[in-house]
Amino acid sequence: MSIDILMPALSPTMEEGTLAKWHVKKGDQVKSGDVIAEIETDKATMEVEAVDEGAVEELLVPEGAEGVKVNTPIARLSGEAVGSPPPPPAAAKAEAPPAPKEAPKRQAQTAAAPASQPASTPAKAPDGGRIFASPLARRIAAQKGIDLSALKGSGPHGRIVKADVETAQPGQPAPRPPAVQPAASQATAAAPRQVLSLEQQGIAAGSYDLIPLDGMRKTVARRMTESARDVPHFPLNIDLEIDTLLAARSKINALLEKDGVKVSVNDMVIKAAAVALKRVPEANASYTPEGIAMHHHADVAMAVAVPHGLITPIIFQAETKGLAQIARESKDLAERARERKLKPEEYLGGTFSVSNLGMFGIKSFSSIINEPQGAIMSVGVGEKRPVVRGDQIAIATVMTVTLTCDHRVVDGATGARFLAAFKALIEDPITMIV
Amino acid sequence: MDFDVIIIGSGPGGYVTAIRAAQLGLKTAIVERAELGGVCLNWGCIPTKALLRSGDVYEQLGHLADYGLSADNRGYDFTKVIERSRKVAAQLNSGVAFLMKKHKIEVIEGTAKLEKGGPAPKVVVALKAGGSRTVQAKSVILATGARARTFPETGLVPDGERVWTYREALVPKTAPKSLIVIGSGAIGIEFASFYRALGSDVTVVEMLPRILPVEDEEVSNAAHKAFEKRGMKFRVPANVKKLSKSKTGVAVEIEVAGKAETLTGDVAIVAVGIVGNVEDLGLEALGVKVERTHVVTDGHGATGVPGLYAIGDVAGPPWLAHKASHEGVHCIEHIAGLKPDNLNAPIPGCTYSNPQIASVGLTEAQAKDQGHEPKVGRFPFRVNGKAIAAGETEGFVKTVFDGKTGALIGAHMIGAEVTEMIQGFALAMTLEATEAELQATVFPHPTMSEAMHEAALDAFGKVLHI
Repeated sequence: MSIDILMPALSPTMEEGTLAKWHVKKGDQVKSGDVIAEIETDKATMEVEAVDEGAVEELLVPEGAEGVKVNTPIARLSGEAVGSPPPPPAAAKAEAPPAPKEAPKRQAQTAAAPASQPASTPAKAPDGGRIFASPLARRIAAQKGIDLSALKGSGPHGRIVKADVETAQPGQPAPRPPAVQPAASQATAAAPRQVLSLEQQGIAAGSYDLIPLDGMRKTVARRMTESARDVPHFPLNIDLEIDTLLAARSKINALLEKDGVKVSVNDMVIKAAAVALKRVPEANASYTPEGIAMHHHADVAMAVAVPHGLITPIIFQAETKGLAQIARESKDLAERARERKLKPEEYLGGTFSVSNLGMFGIKSFSSIINEPQGAIMSVGVGEKRPVVRGDQIAIATVMTVTLTCDHRVVDGATGARFLAAFKALIEDPITMIV
Repeated sequence: MDFDVIIIGSGPGGYVTAIRAAQLGLKTAIVERAELGGVCLNWGCIPTKALLRSGDVYEQLGHLADYGLSADNRGYDFTKVIERSRKVAAQLNSGVAFLMKKHKIEVIEGTAKLEKGGPAPKVVVALKAGGSRTVQAKSVILATGARARTFPETGLVPDGERVWTYREALVPKTAPKSLIVIGSGAIGIEFASFYRALGSDVTVVEMLPRILPVEDEEVSNAAHKAFEKRGMKFRVPANVKKLSKSKTGVAVEIEVAGKAETLTGDVAIVAVGIVGNVEDLGLEALGVKVERTHVVTDGHGATGVPGLYAIGDVAGPPWLAHKASHEGVHCIEHIAGLKPDNLNAPIPGCTYSNPQIASVGLTEAQAKDQGHEPKVGRFPFRVNGKAIAAGETEGFVKTVFDGKTGALIGAHMIGAEVTEMIQGFALAMTLEATEAELQATVFPHPTMSEAMHEAALDAFGKVLHI
């Protein structure tokens, strides 16, 4: 009896991934716990472990195959072991959605000849429901890289037919799903944005190189588009004098040197933000259609630039952690983020974000809110600037921060109170430990 | 306002449209100058099927020994064969009358003519019973159909005695000893097949390079051979120069490959195409655009004249009853403000000769011309179990797929009962199936339809039983 190894769902939201690397080949013996493959998702690269024992009969998905849907068989084991359990998805989390009945026929949707193409299977609509599309429409969409969930069907009962995908442009963003499912399904999808091709916009074909969209790029594009479009946001900025903070940092780092820990200004910003969020809890909140979610902890996400993208790992309960611990965690998270080795639980969640471009000399900027968070802080460069003290001009190290607020949950005065609390903490860092 | 909608013509386009109109709550009238059901029921599809059935059964009787059976005195009573055909037509004709009554559709017997009016043209009916009646509706749908094309300059005009169209060919007093069929489309081939089955000496003349010219070339060639095997003769390609009549028969002067030849026979059937019934309707005065005997319409049947629509044969090819019904339903749903699905479903075509021929979508050559890089599959009935058991091993199934997307874009069949099978491919194409769905479908065994499955497999090198 052969056992299909299915594409695991590495996170609750994962719909597809790239089969980055096979660690086994046809004929290999594997036992439970062996790493058999690496899967690259929209956020990270994860290892897939075998659950069953047996010999690898067949690798069903080639290395490098993109867009492999969750629960698609990716390999087949000959489950010779007596009393082996029914085929479970390899290393799949409990929250992995059940495989649709048709799934076993599906394999990676690569641009193979039709001869090797699988029978079509229903894609999932943003709300998780089935997308009605003809087999031919599905295939053309796969060939052209069109997201069926972004299309409106012109066939019977809104079925997506050939004509719909032929007129669609690749890479149309999907209409955003509601952040939280409303009780009644009033989630009418927004009309897809009509995107003109570069050629239609006067950029000659062949005058550029096209880098395929990887999972992270697609996720960034989708989430940022949705947030910028759908979240009513406004910026507040404030100047902070950080000479005291820098002095305190020097002292702290001198103390921690023997432990090999170095606290960055950003670590102190994260700590101060976390404490300020506890002092002004209205700023540590998320908008949902049912009400305002007031978060119990300040889980501060930090934006980390990685090759070809960014990711926001989280310092959980940052208000409870000391600077040394925050420094250790942030260093570790940033390093593993750059290697794409973060686990989903390390970047999913978060109640507030900090983005710092000070190291590039950026004076001030305003970020796009990372939904469902209520605000994001953009930290500029700390630099010497003239400041007025009484009637005297003095020199101080000044850093400008900008808070982008979701107006549905953080009003102007709330944001201002948060920034006042934050400023007090930064300018007198000893108060952070109180 | 007398009606919401008036439909002119009660063929399969008109009467089906009327039923749908009534279902949609529209007050509906239908004008018919001859018989309810039009040519299809009375002089076309249905009575010919009755005749062909008689021909098939008679031909089968000639092969009884193949099945271990025997019977003496094989024979037929031509009058009774024709009678049966007329009875079948009459039964369906009264069925349409019943349907009109059931749906409270007013049938106006007479000949309609349009006059300027609003919101749709007025319909003036010269009543069969005498006098005239002017009726006004919000919408008028022309479903006047078509008739056989004739060529008076070469003598291709029916006289009811020696030169027939389909109409005369349905009700002769006796079967002709020898018959010349001019035109090898579905109509010509069906009559050729019927009369040949009854023993007439039949010669078919086709102007184009092959018979059944709209079919896939392989099917045309196979049909040519199958008919020749049954004793039918062909002159292909041949130009008809002149048809002349005498008291005893006809002489058809033709030119084959530059050489003149004269065919003689008792009777000639003219089956060289169709012209739309666009005359005497007042279309010119209304400014209705007519091109090559057909009313020009948009995607919903609208003619451009406010309130005036046209569907079916009069609105252009393919001249098929099912196309007319389909267009009519679409048109009336559009008029009623529903949003019917686009009229882009593929339209199958069937020829009920022996063997039968059925097809849908593109031929292999058309697929190539349209840049599809087709993948083609074939499967012959001679290795199909059910066909062998039934003694019906003639013919094959051919599938045409788009090489890039795997979409089924055409299917062509020749053999026993293939006209009953083509709907499977039509359904697949309408659902926009690819080879994957056709290959994944379970076909019942043993059936001749397994050849459809095998032909879909064969196009991708996966055929099983060859």
